Amino acid sequence: MWSWDFAISILPQLLQAMVVTIEATIVGFIVATVLGLFWTICRRSSIKPLKFAVVAIVEFVRSTPLLVQLYFIFFVFPTFGITLSPFSAGVLGLGLHYSTYLTEVFRTGIDSIPKGQWEASTALNLSKIKVWTHVIMPQAIPPIIPMLGNYFIVMFKETPLLSAISIVEMVQAAQIIGSNSFRYVEAFTDVGVIFLLLSYPASLLFQYTERRIQHRFDLSVKASKIEEDHYATNK
Amino acid sequence: MDANMAIFNGLLKGLGVTLQVLIYSVLLALVLSFIIGFMSLSKWRIPRWSATLFIEVFRGTSLLVQLFWLYFSLPILGIRLPAMLVGVLGLGLNYGAYGAVVVRTSIRAVPKGQTEASIALNMSPYRRMRSVILPQAFLIMLPTFSNLTIELLKGTSLISLVTLADLTFQALALRSATMETTQIFIYLLIIYFIIAYPITLGFRWLEKKQSVGRG
Repeated sequence: MWSWDFAISILPQLLQAMVVTIEATIVGFIVATVLGLFWTICRRSSIKPLKFAVVAIVEFVRSTPLLVQLYFIFFVFPTFGITLSPFSAGVLGLGLHYSTYLTEVFRTGIDSIPKGQWEASTALNLSKIKVWTHVIMPQAIPPIIPMLGNYFIVMFKETPLLSAISIVEMVQAAQIIGSNSFRYVEAFTDVGVIFLLLSYPASLLFQYTERRIQHRFDLSVKASKIEEDHYATNK
Repeated sequence: MDANMAIFNGLLKGLGVTLQVLIYSVLLALVLSFIIGFMSLSKWRIPRWSATLFIEVFRGTSLLVQLFWLYFSLPILGIRLPAMLVGVLGLGLNYGAYGAVVVRTSIRAVPKGQTEASIALNMSPYRRMRSVILPQAFLIMLPTFSNLTIELLKGTSLISLVTLADLTFQALALRSATMETTQIFIYLLIIYFIIAYPITLGFRWLEKKQSVGRG
């Protein structure tokens, strides 16, 4: 049944598709970070309607399936004259979906900054931009790096959905191999093993950095609270 | 208006399948979460190691890969499962692995003093777990289980890719039949949101009810 020769012979093809998978993850993560920060800033805004609208968007996007959102971007946007390539549609969907998770991560990071830091910045008459770039962000970002890393892995494992809008990432490549040779066992097993080999060491690495960072910033209390709030830290 | 009704009726046909898969796989995931979660806390090596293996394999390989494996690869090895079972099994195993981690961390999060006090009170290990540890751990699990259930609901859309006629599948079929792309997908998103919202509210209610009388 299982042929080692075949399982090995299709590896180059799958690894080529893996490049697409990793590209999509990286670009999607950049989109998610930018959008996530944008949502976070809007939610802190003093303009009530903007705040409310962003809270509603975030809640809605997070409660509906990524797959449907991908179809929406891929099929509905063109009817409004916005035609995107499958790859752009894919990373936009992936990024949009996970921006709603990342905004929570950024929020926990920012909320954990003691009030005194804000007050001191005001007392020193720092400009708004200076406060963010020189006081708040340098303290808010390092503790949340492991959580951001976890979401990076989560997004990596979600990229197979992009096959639904005709992107040839690993799963799509495996399906093509499978339908040509009818050797689905080797094709999908290989893909599963590749995913495991990439995501497991990565998650160990982030667990390790999490411990290191907790140790350094003495964040154990905060981190356990964060873990309660976001199950994906376990992912 | 007629076109709208037709779309709506078409989508409702898929709603039943989505809800059915959701309920069965939530149940399977819940049972697995506790079994695997307890195994990973065992003092014996073999259950502990097999639990770790289960958790890492099902969390580390993507859900869609697992569904495709069950749907396309397993029949070649001689086991042909109905699509419905593939969906329930795939979702249940995947989210069961995530749930097991939640069960494990929640039980570990109950303060050590609670265990020591129950031993001092001469409770049996079963009684200790059942009446002291679990009720407290359960409260810690709830918010995370709430999130996981929403994740599982969203995950059910993937079963459309293994030919199960769920909401998403019906939407794609309607799209090619009517070409009313915009309406179909807006309705589809709203329906998913309408399913998700009561789940969130329900868990919040359960959490409130469970925390009555606890500090």
